[in-house]
Amino acid sequence: MTTHNNIRFIQGNEACVEGAIYAGINFFAGYPITPSTEIAEHLASRLPQQGGKFIQMEDEIASMGAIIGASLTGNKVMTATSGPGFSLKQEALGYACMAEIPCVIANVQRGGPSTGNPTHVSQGDINQARWGTHGDHAIIAMTASSHQDVFNITVDAFNMAETYRTPVIILLDEVIGHMREKLVIPDPGVIPVVKRLQTSVPKDVDYHPYLPREDGRLPMSDFGGEHRYNVTGLFHDMWGFPSNDPKIVRGLLRHLVDKIENNVSDITRYKEYWLDNAEYVLVSYGAAARSSIHLARNRQARGVKLGVLELQTIWPFPAELVREKCAGAKAVMVVEMNMGQLVAQVKSAVDTPDKVFLCNRIDGELISPTDIKTALRMIQGKGV
Amino acid sequence: MERSRLIFSGSGGQGVITAAIILAKAAALFENKHAVQSQSYGAAARGGSTRSDVIIDDNQIFFPKVTQANILISLTQESYNTFSSLIRPGGLLLVDSKYVTVEKKVAAKHISLPMFDTVQQKIGNPLVFNICMLGAVIGLSDLIRPESIINVLEKSVPADFLDINRTALDLGVSMGIKNRN
Repeated sequence: MTTHNNIRFIQGNEACVEGAIYAGINFFAGYPITPSTEIAEHLASRLPQQGGKFIQMEDEIASMGAIIGASLTGNKVMTATSGPGFSLKQEALGYACMAEIPCVIANVQRGGPSTGNPTHVSQGDINQARWGTHGDHAIIAMTASSHQDVFNITVDAFNMAETYRTPVIILLDEVIGHMREKLVIPDPGVIPVVKRLQTSVPKDVDYHPYLPREDGRLPMSDFGGEHRYNVTGLFHDMWGFPSNDPKIVRGLLRHLVDKIENNVSDITRYKEYWLDNAEYVLVSYGAAARSSIHLARNRQARGVKLGVLELQTIWPFPAELVREKCAGAKAVMVVEMNMGQLVAQVKSAVDTPDKVFLCNRIDGELISPTDIKTALRMIQGKGV
Repeated sequence: MERSRLIFSGSGGQGVITAAIILAKAAALFENKHAVQSQSYGAAARGGSTRSDVIIDDNQIFFPKVTQANILISLTQESYNTFSSLIRPGGLLLVDSKYVTVEKKVAAKHISLPMFDTVQQKIGNPLVFNICMLGAVIGLSDLIRPESIINVLEKSVPADFLDINRTALDLGVSMGIKNRN
């Protein structure tokens, strides 16, 4: 067989890099940390080839600040981190939410809290991605279980960051980040790429950086270019100047949340396996989804009606989708590698929370199909 | 084809992980198969046992780790002691005779080959020990064609080193074929 230049056999972290390049990244700032380091490493060589800029900053806080600044000046930006690095980024991440600055943050999850278990797998940052920064806000967080999907959701992440003017978090895990498998890079144009929406307001004419168009989107002007405007983490008016006028505070907070929560169906990405007539449904994501699908395929071959709902959009949580897909099941098992973070969301989404169970593993090893099979037997009343 | 699950083990610096990546890449890019490679390591890994898992199959691979190996390769005594229990009964266990004494506690086919010594005598450069080992795996198992390994090496190895890699692969393949039964 022949091979083509667009076929790679690479790590998941590299698939994320290829997705970012496809989406048009031209600025990356970061501080290397296991298990996300390969994202920085490969962008350090790939970005200059594309005419972009790579900068290794003094720490994760500065990296987050750097991408926010670079985004404001018109660049498509990303940073990547893991574990405690993700904690350090939270304050500036909130700033990007408030100031509505498009940016992508890849967090390749490892065991925590603190420095935890750097070289081993975990999915313990699900809730941190949602509520790591303080105050009411909405956030988009995506994940994937195969390199092709890592590529796709990375392009999606850049697109959504532009569409909704918001930070988007890519939540990978150590297994997906480090394992190698095939990736086929689509030709340019196969996956649509969202460009920065630029204002049509001419130079020296009053530009309102925070005045949404009728469709809710806010056109941007490259900072330092044709228009003078203010950017702040304080509640602000349509010129970007600080305000504590109750109407403005309420209006801005509603806008920040509604622009994402009102578009859940457009933001939701998922995959389903054997869900038609499934008696038992596994809800999973990331590396844990690979084990879930492995088991379901084996059980299907033996006539067991076991299906899998693999979530790729974690936040905003697609509650309607989960409710609908789990409606006919005798039992639902949430398969994740933490103490039960997404299971709480699934329980609150379905009509009968009592039939939702957690199947987890928290020892740094990838949850196995056997682990899931054992848990399934327990809830079926068959014992181990 | 039956799903092949391999564990490559040894100590840091022997090139076991590189060999695993080359094999999986060759299978995925040049044999039209599905392949997944993963590895495990610690925060303080210096020396000690290193391990890489490879799965090759005609069907899509989801769970990427090997729990029971059809083929286990151990290039140090420590890695043999650590991982030999993971071999499937009836599987193939390949070790280097210079570094590993086998105890044959498991019901697998034990093959002990002088791969390191052969490379030292015939090539004089231990750098390609891992490629000789890969040749032996292919010679013993018919997993993929040696040309597919060469195709990967041509793209990843500096041109000056390609010849000794070819020689090492050939040496391994013929040792493997001789010991097939």
